[in-house]
Amino acid sequence: MPPYEPVLMARFGKADSTLLEGYREDGGYVSWLKVLGGISSGEWTTTKVIDMVKAAGLRGRGGAGFPTGLKWTFIPAKEKRQGKPVYLLCNADESEPGTFKDRLLMEKDPHQLLEGMMISSFALEAKHAYIYIRGEMVHCAEILNAAVNECYAAGLLGANIQGSGIDLDITVHRGAGAYICGEETALIESLEGKRGHPRIKPPFPAVSGVWACPTIVNNVETLACVKHILDRGSDWFKGIGRNEKNTGPKLYCMSGHVEKPGVYEAAMGIPFLDLLALAGGVKGGRRIKAVIPGGASAAMLTEAEVQNLPMDFDGVAAAKSMLGSAAIVVMDETTDMPKAVTNISKFFAHESCGQCTPCREGTPWLNKMLTRLVNGQGKRQDLDLLLQIAGQMGNGMTICVFADAAIAPVLSGIAKFRSEFEAYLTVAKNLDYALAAPEENTLKIADRVAEGMHS
Amino acid sequence: MSGGPNTPVSEQAGNPRVGEHGALSCGHELSFSPDARKEFERLLTRYPTKMAALLPVLWLAQKEWGWISREAVDHVASILDLSPAFVWGVVTFYTMYNRTPVGKHLIQVCTSISCHLAGAEEVLTECRRKLGDLKPGETSADGRYTVISVECLAQCDKAPAVMVNDDDYALVTNDKLDAFLGSLK
Ligand SMILES: Cc1cc2nc3c(=O)[nH]c(=O)nc-3n(C[C@H](O)[C@H](O)[C@H](O)COP(=O)(O)O)c2cc1C
Ligand code: SF4
Ligand code: FES
Repeated sequence: MPPYEPVLMARFGKADSTLLEGYREDGGYVSWLKVLGGISSGEWTTTKVIDMVKAAGLRGRGGAGFPTGLKWTFIPAKEKRQGKPVYLLCNADESEPGTFKDRLLMEKDPHQLLEGMMISSFALEAKHAYIYIRGEMVHCAEILNAAVNECYAAGLLGANIQGSGIDLDITVHRGAGAYICGEETALIESLEGKRGHPRIKPPFPAVSGVWACPTIVNNVETLACVKHILDRGSDWFKGIGRNEKNTGPKLYCMSGHVEKPGVYEAAMGIPFLDLLALAGGVKGGRRIKAVIPGGASAAMLTEAEVQNLPMDFDGVAAAKSMLGSAAIVVMDETTDMPKAVTNISKFFAHESCGQCTPCREGTPWLNKMLTRLVNGQGKRQDLDLLLQIAGQMGNGMTICVFADAAIAPVLSGIAKFRSEFEAYLTVAKNLDYALAAPEENTLKIADRVAEGMHS
Repeated sequence: MSGGPNTPVSEQAGNPRVGEHGALSCGHELSFSPDARKEFERLLTRYPTKMAALLPVLWLAQKEWGWISREAVDHVASILDLSPAFVWGVVTFYTMYNRTPVGKHLIQVCTSISCHLAGAEEVLTECRRKLGDLKPGETSADGRYTVISVECLAQCDKAPAVMVNDDDYALVTNDKLDAFLGSLK
């Protein structure tokens, strides 16, 4: 196989990679202008773009891997929209622990994202698109704003762009610190100026989203991919990847105990061990103990489970976890697993939005019990109780899948590294009760988290 | 209720009552400077509703005054036609709006999983110790430093990751802590 040619990261190394001029020298905005120029002749239609995205097999890079083209078709037809505008929202809230790919895409090549958003907005008939960027990425928001301004000045955004009859505005909107605002309906509430409380679905955003208008929420990387599908065609995109259901270039975030942490681009479905090799292998040449394959919300995998793991949506799902945001956190043999799980439970206890009782009460409970355990004050019943509480939080008990995400690392961590948890119990040797194997539960939850990540 | 010695300034002299929302008073009335007012007007043109401008306008307020006092809440509420209680509800939901004054350097240490694996908790403890045994959220007596623990900053490849005000710092391990703190002027 020929070496992989980067697509999304191709321009990252260039000087001034954020500026319009360099972007255009590298063929940037050719697709956008091509589409704009072909509208009056009927050469370019919204349906044509949507069909190209569908044919490419593009699946959402934000967590769930939902087919992007299919999602776009959920927007009601013009006659049924009662004159309401359509909105495209770019999800740049990137807060899932272990994830840092969208930041790089925006920081290094903002025009790539903007062109993807322009083409997508055309396909969706959206006249205003927003980039909801997490509050902490202050400088990144400045870079995006500068790029947006360049586009207005160059006549690539605004009213009647290039005489095409198309109007489009893009606004960068900063969040203010809340992981839950990455969940698409919470993001919508937050953009409306409210607390980021996820909405009960249905109605789904495509029908009634921001300001009660048809809305599509897509991840940064997803929208960046659209530009390349228009540049090089669906067949080219589909030709990259493990199989026709898992296609395209993919960014992987490698962190934890690896020699060279960072974002690596590879064909969708690269085997885990190849990816690990790109990141220089496990730190200090040690052995793997556990791997989080898709951010803190994903069930943990053991060394054995990652050996032949294809890193794509279906590959990781088959291992009863999820690719999620492709945030791969490697934990080596020196890792204290109960402490790692406790750390993750702290995150979820901190970030619950508080609307649903099982989640609002359950996440701090799990964290308190785990903290007690790792402080050497665990009680014999605690592991049982932990599993029991976790079992009451997931599987449809709550408005959004945050609660399912919160229990996935706890259930998988205890199931797969139970002896380490028991070692923390003072009377671990005389355990006289049997714990039900939570594996079946873990499986159901991984499925639900993956499903619920999309609308 | 109004006029007594304990009445917050914002409620004296016939100002609208803030309500029981518990925001700290800064002691005097606030309103945007002409520059901020201009930016406010520009922001309104980007959204179909006034309410949608709330988060950006709160950012603007924090830039103007450093933190969100009850008088800032009052001002933002009045220019956006919202109730102060609603605005305060939004302020308290998000972690990045400061509800008390903070030090010149707001040091935010990530303690999520990748940074945890790189020893972030020890960095946090040591950082607080070096700056005078600061408690979580406490500001040093000279007003220079506030140290808080935050969740993933999307810089997990640079663990332990730290933000100071709006700036990102990479690989802030304990052995580099002196150099890091020394670089904050
Ligand atoms: C708790 C929670 C947090 C999420 N955070 C993000 C996020 O930070 N970025 C993101 O793109 N998607 C996030 N998602 C997924 C979004 O809800 C949504 O599915 C996604 O933005 C859709 O884009 P895509 O189809 O392009 O993947 C999150 C979901 C949940 C349940
Ligand atoms: S599950 Fe948790 S985060 Fe989601 S809506 Fe309910 S309380 Fe909020
Ligand atoms: S875990 Fe610390 S920056 Fe992501």
